[in-house]
Amino acid sequence: MTDLRVDLAGVALKNPIVVPSGTFGFGREYGQFFDLSELGAICVKGLTPLPREGNPAPRIAETPMGILNSVGLQNPGVDAFIAHELPELRKHDVKIIANISGNTPEEYGGMCEKLSAAGVDMIEVNISCPNVKAGGLAYGTRPEMAAEVTEIAKKSSTVPVMVKLSPNVTDITEIAKAVEGAGADAISLINTIRGMRIDVNTRRPILKMNTGGLSGPAVLPVAVRMVWEVANAVKVPILGMGGVSKGADAAEFMLAGAAAVAVGTASFADAYAPVRVRDELAAYAEKQGLARISELTGAVKPW
Amino acid sequence: MPVQKICTVAEAVRLNEYAYALTLEVGEEMAARTSCGQFVHIKCGEERLLRRPISICSWDKTTLRVVFEVRGEGTAWLSRRKVGDELDVLGPLGHGFDPSAKKILVVGGGIGVPPMLGVARAAAAAGAEVHAALGFRDQGHKMLTDEFAECCRSMSVISDDGSTGRKGFVTELVEEFLRDTPCVSADCASCSGRPVPPVVMACGPKGMLKAVAKACAAHGVECQVSLEERMGCGVGACLVCACDMADGSRKHVCKDGPVFNAKEVDWND
Repeated sequence: MTDLRVDLAGVALKNPIVVPSGTFGFGREYGQFFDLSELGAICVKGLTPLPREGNPAPRIAETPMGILNSVGLQNPGVDAFIAHELPELRKHDVKIIANISGNTPEEYGGMCEKLSAAGVDMIEVNISCPNVKAGGLAYGTRPEMAAEVTEIAKKSSTVPVMVKLSPNVTDITEIAKAVEGAGADAISLINTIRGMRIDVNTRRPILKMNTGGLSGPAVLPVAVRMVWEVANAVKVPILGMGGVSKGADAAEFMLAGAAAVAVGTASFADAYAPVRVRDELAAYAEKQGLARISELTGAVKPW
Repeated sequence: MPVQKICTVAEAVRLNEYAYALTLEVGEEMAARTSCGQFVHIKCGEERLLRRPISICSWDKTTLRVVFEVRGEGTAWLSRRKVGDELDVLGPLGHGFDPSAKKILVVGGGIGVPPMLGVARAAAAAGAEVHAALGFRDQGHKMLTDEFAECCRSMSVISDDGSTGRKGFVTELVEEFLRDTPCVSADCASCSGRPVPPVVMACGPKGMLKAVAKACAAHGVECQVSLEERMGCGVGACLVCACDMADGSRKHVCKDGPVFNAKEVDWND
């Protein structure tokens, strides 16, 4: 039996499968299908200092092997999360990663303080949401701004800080190096890729916000390439994600350099996708004769 | 609690040139959890990532029947399923109608008609006096009227071109019902002949629902409406199927709905 345990910046995951922010709510819905303790970690729906209602609908469009979304960080706010959602999540034996988005570095800092005190296991700093006007992506596309937010998050946190990178940049390693330099304990990637679909009959974009973020199997090769590039540029551990829907996909991300892998959009097609991917990955590792799943991390043999 | 499972198509029938009915062998667990106004989320082939939400028309101990029209590639794929084929079904999902009223007018427009049959049957089985107002584009789109006639005290049909029933929109039937229909008979045990205000339950295009909601508000009658929105997960996790509420908040069609009290909904575009 392959040992499935992995370490993500000091956070001990019982297996490398994580569910990424925005695809899993606060766990209540998919918790009807399987025990949340089956997962390595849960990245909760992106939190903001105050509640947000998000963008108008339509917020989703199907694409070849993918989806575009423009939810716009709808969430009940960090205080409601701590009061109502975190205690429920804590009933399960699973690591909780709080994903946060702010408009200013101070907002990020304030949330980090509250969430550290509330006892989450890790904080994921979202500097890459393509669906909000302020903050978000603006921080994720400029190295010096990404570093500034990382620094204040680190200063305000007593738990490890992971920074989630946007793929909507020319050179993702530049941002990765900037956040590592600013003290990030881990890096997660990729967030969604900006995209657009148009209804040819009405000549209207399908999304009310005109553009949105692409996820699903369509983005997998882009994500694997970026994880590989970042793994070669930094030393901090990586949570890899983008279009994973089967065990072999997760193995690809680990070989490219990820310590752990998130399964997101796949849940919309198969409610059991994260546990199925875990089982398929474990079977693959067994077949490969691995003692530890972590042996896969970065083990790609490039030409 | 929804169930995700592979189900066999027990019956595949075309109700008219446009509408397809599939009866799915879903098993006791899923069928027993079903209530009127809920939907199932069906995987439509491997090439399409998202499931398609289809409202439940009727059900029995082990089967569910869904009725749909071809709107895109997913429903086109679904329309080609035959008896014995297997489908990946997630359901039942959503918060449906509350059919506990004593007197109910079910209102369906177009492909919004099928889910109202489930409501009519459930309410009638619970002893309610059920009336139906059904609107179709034309005679060719008419469906399920025999089954409504079986469980409803009265049924009126109207069509855009007058080829079935009289010409007009279903909202006219609602207006007339609310204005003209006293409680019909003394054998209605629940009201003993005294007028009981009906509860109106509707499914159809947004414009129709808005007009029905307006008529009900004018008559001081409760109105429940089933809304539609482009959907992702179907269970309330991804938050894409947002609908605007009158209080400025945004709820989600898949989990909070699809059925809402019409007063809760923001009807402005």
